[in-house]
Amino acid sequence: MKSGNRPLSPFLMYRPQFTSILSITHRLTGIALAAGTLLFTHWLTSAAYGPEAFARAQALIGSVFGRLLLLGWTLAFFYHLCNGIRHLAWDAGWGFELPRLKATGWVVIVVSITLTVLSWAAGYAVRGGA
Amino acid sequence: MDMRSPLARARGLGSAKDGVAHWWAQRVTAVALVPLTLWFVVSVVSLVGADYAAYKAWVGIQGNVVLLVLLIVTLFHHTQLGLQVVIEDYVHGETAKVVSLMVIKFTVVLLGASCVLAVLRVSFST
Repeated sequence: MKSGNRPLSPFLMYRPQFTSILSITHRLTGIALAAGTLLFTHWLTSAAYGPEAFARAQALIGSVFGRLLLLGWTLAFFYHLCNGIRHLAWDAGWGFELPRLKATGWVVIVVSITLTVLSWAAGYAVRGGA
Repeated sequence: MDMRSPLARARGLGSAKDGVAHWWAQRVTAVALVPLTLWFVVSVVSLVGADYAAYKAWVGIQGNVVLLVLLIVTLFHHTQLGLQVVIEDYVHGETAKVVSLMVIKFTVVLLGASCVLAVLRVSFST
């Protein structure tokens, strides 16, 4: 099918704005999290093969590379979660006014970063205690 | 003037002939994933550096297998719904679109089934 004469996507026509950046970030984090299901699957299926395989999966996740990936996925997860709740509020008809749109956008950013920091602090506390 | 046929109006599925099924499923899985993923994150934090015995003990806690299976099914369903929208938005060639939609669907079912079986295997092993 030819795709020459199709309408242009909004991101090709408009200057990036706070709201549009948050919007595309929701989609990008969704795609990143979809890729993250591969590690999720690796972790769960490794456990099914017994203690050695599970220890290897835990070591992979605990490595510097694994932790970097996990940090990115943690932030992506909390962002997608918070902004997803923002989406559900819109679905209910709430929060479309521009000032509120911007305020909830900042709430999403602050809360997702805070939850990422808190969960990693908790993770290191568990690790230190073990 | 309404150009739609009486049958189309009665079906109420709109121009995409799909109704709101996809949109609604995305919302329902999203709502379900809020508590399920938060529970999972808390669990994963508690399992940092855990060995197999600790993992197995966690899976063995009453209710955890059910929550895990529900999380897996809902998570992969939501993933499929989301990736489908992305593909429909950006992949315009009809063949490429249908093929990538199928690949996503098969992959998601494969991963989801693997996860469910893996969790059940640990849960039922002695």
